[in-house]
Amino acid sequence: MLNYTLKRIIALLPIIIGVTIAIFLLVHLVPGDPAKTMLGERATPESIKAVRESMGLNDPLYVQFSRYVNKLIHGDLGRSVISNEPVINEIKVRFPATFELALFGMLFAVIVGIPVGIIAATHHNSWFDNISMMGALFGVSMPIFWLGLMFIWIFAVILKILPPSSRLSVGIALHPITNIYLLDSIIQGSWAAFWDSLKHLILPATVMGTIPLAIIARMTRSSMLEVLKKDYIRTAYAKGLTERVVVYKHALRNALIPIITVVGLQFGLLLGGAVLTETIFSWPGLGKYLLTGIYARDFPVVQGVVLFFAIVFVIVNLIVDLSYSLIDPQINYN
Amino acid sequence: MRNCNFKAILLIMVLMTVLISIPGLAQDKYGGTLVFGRGGDSVNLDPINATDGESFKVTLQVYDTLVQHKPGTTEVIPALARKWDVSDDGKTWTFYLREDAYFHDGNPVNAEAVKWNFDRWRLEDNPYHKGGSFAYYPYIFQGFPGVIKEVNVVDDYTVKFILNEPQAPFLRNLAIVAFGIASPEAVEKWGEDYFKHPVGSGPFKFVEWRKDDRIILEANEDYWNGRPYLDKVILRSIPDSSARYMELQAGAIDMMNQVNPENVKSIQDNEELKLLIRPSMNVAYLAMNFAFEPFDNVKIRRAFSHAINKQELIDAFYVDLAEPAKLPLPPSVWAYNDKIKDYEYNPEKAKELLAEAGYPDGFEFDLYYMPVPRPYMPKPKLIAQTLQYYLSQVGIKANLVTYDWSTYLDKLSNKEAETFIIGWIGDNGDPDNFLFPLLDKTNSENNYKSEELHKVLVAAQTELNTEKRKELYYKAQEIIHEDAPFVPLVHSTDPLALKNKVMNYIPNPTITETFHKVWLQNK
Repeated sequence: MLNYTLKRIIALLPIIIGVTIAIFLLVHLVPGDPAKTMLGERATPESIKAVRESMGLNDPLYVQFSRYVNKLIHGDLGRSVISNEPVINEIKVRFPATFELALFGMLFAVIVGIPVGIIAATHHNSWFDNISMMGALFGVSMPIFWLGLMFIWIFAVILKILPPSSRLSVGIALHPITNIYLLDSIIQGSWAAFWDSLKHLILPATVMGTIPLAIIARMTRSSMLEVLKKDYIRTAYAKGLTERVVVYKHALRNALIPIITVVGLQFGLLLGGAVLTETIFSWPGLGKYLLTGIYARDFPVVQGVVLFFAIVFVIVNLIVDLSYSLIDPQINYN
Repeated sequence: MRNCNFKAILLIMVLMTVLISIPGLAQDKYGGTLVFGRGGDSVNLDPINATDGESFKVTLQVYDTLVQHKPGTTEVIPALARKWDVSDDGKTWTFYLREDAYFHDGNPVNAEAVKWNFDRWRLEDNPYHKGGSFAYYPYIFQGFPGVIKEVNVVDDYTVKFILNEPQAPFLRNLAIVAFGIASPEAVEKWGEDYFKHPVGSGPFKFVEWRKDDRIILEANEDYWNGRPYLDKVILRSIPDSSARYMELQAGAIDMMNQVNPENVKSIQDNEELKLLIRPSMNVAYLAMNFAFEPFDNVKIRRAFSHAINKQELIDAFYVDLAEPAKLPLPPSVWAYNDKIKDYEYNPEKAKELLAEAGYPDGFEFDLYYMPVPRPYMPKPKLIAQTLQYYLSQVGIKANLVTYDWSTYLDKLSNKEAETFIIGWIGDNGDPDNFLFPLLDKTNSENNYKSEELHKVLVAAQTELNTEKRKELYYKAQEIIHEDAPFVPLVHSTDPLALKNKVMNYIPNPTITETFHKVWLQNK
């Protein structure tokens, strides 16, 4: 297993090199110019020239590329050409925000999605099955921005039981350490901050988890349905085992592989930043940062964040692959 | 007699009302935290390296400029400089600084500090000329070092600027937020990271910046112009305007900008909220590129002007928060030539002009529109579709084209667009700031190259007599109106929604208001 993990980590290298080259070329070849975007309507030929010069964009592409790679090797992702902030600093602050939200979104999706899928499968064609699958269809097709605004309107404006957006109320003091606010508030022993940040997580996490929930519920259902038809399930029933044991011990474990795959993929996607959720809930995540970077043609930001996402995605996939062997003893990486 | 009694009673009642309300009048304005919700985060808090409104909104509070705009107007009044004089040739400006201004780190704002800042901005080989592109400096002062030849310290609190040539809007230019005076010690200490540790001498001190979330400022107790009423200001970034409005309704923020036009009615109906309108300092326009036929023909361009119903556009997309534009300059600019009459909406006349120009059956062309809302145009796509409709009514077929914002700007500056919608937001309330960048032959994005206009604009740039300058700009606007290089569409205003308790917030046309004199009722 260790061997396999090491191999997979080494296999990251070509991926990183490929992503580096591809993204560098992509951002430099698409039309649009960071200097012009920065100056907006104000751009005059002289000011564009001066700004491009200061951004180092007047050098030939290969010079820019070698400068970029050289910095990268030294662990430097460069500074944003628009704000001058080192990209790595932004990732350090924003990724924890995205991670916290994605984790809670995923928890919500898994905790609700898997049981719903199981019940729908065991009660195939019942009213619960029909209603929950219809709900799941709604879930996958729901426009996120609309759902988000409705949630804010209902829970924050009308009922006033949850905060509308952001990560923390303005009156609550919390010194960011890890930038995962729940963790930070535990470290600092501030229950007020813990409770406040938890309340801020509920709406965006629910909205963010809606689509994965629907996908997971549908996947669990179909995977369970398939397994429940197998001979060994009939044998298990014949042995006189209770339905509970058959479903949760015998069937679910075998049905889990595709479910875990979907969960892993969805989690990887959420970690890539759910731009819409982050925008509506003013969540200072990495996805929104990347999008702003793309619009502004902020090359170092786009390159740095995409590279980071690629690495995160590969790591999440690796963890998913490794978890297969824990669930299914037939899968052995040795 | 009875009448007299009645008067006496009335008088007593009035007196009592006044007496009762005196504690209200004299109530303590000091204290409280104001939470401002805005559409985006700041990018850079070193004002000279910022170019976006959201950065300036914060640097305005933290820094002072040599001169500033009087609240609500574009009139220049003293700030760090208490008075100034200018030589007859307009090339030497002497500023006398106030002696009671201190940076937030305790250092005095003196002539040395002012010179240090200007040298940092204008000299590319200055060791502290780093941390950004210093974009505003070359844009306003025509390159590095540009028109400012020398900055000399005369004594501790007197500084002299020597210019290469007179620059008529020089004083106004110094009021531009980008030219906020920073503490030299802080810039030296933080180097490239100074942009997130801003130290100025303004009414508020910088406390904390959580990216994409909030910026926290606190009152500068020792501000030379008196301590601000508010204890703290928190600027939160809430990108979605509907979500921002809901935050206001939920009570999480005290005020917001960039209100959706469709929310205006609901704000006016809400007893807890009020609406403030910022006087316009912008223009949205439809430009026609002279390099493409038939737009080199003035009759075609005038036909466009007659074909578009500006008032209807405003009714539909701006909810009365804009006024029809007949010129590039908004009426709040002092050289606005109100004598000029706009080309009236008259499709028949447009058709006649088209026929005279040899296009009785119309023609087909590309109309570029912006992919993103801008302060001067909240719904570019719908407006483009409406323009398309108006033009179709006179027999012209417009094909709508758009790109993402960055590409769009690129296409425009490469002069690839046949016709396009764009706009301009003024910086300093000076006519030159609109007419020169938009219409001079050296800058125009639509290949409009009028020698006559160029001569007038250049003459106005160096004319120091305001009346004579005004004459020149009147002339310039006449030329522009005759040539009709673009159809000015609207001057829009930026509505702000506030809770009733937010007092004394005066929106300035140049978006340069500070929170200095803002106070909260019933904290």
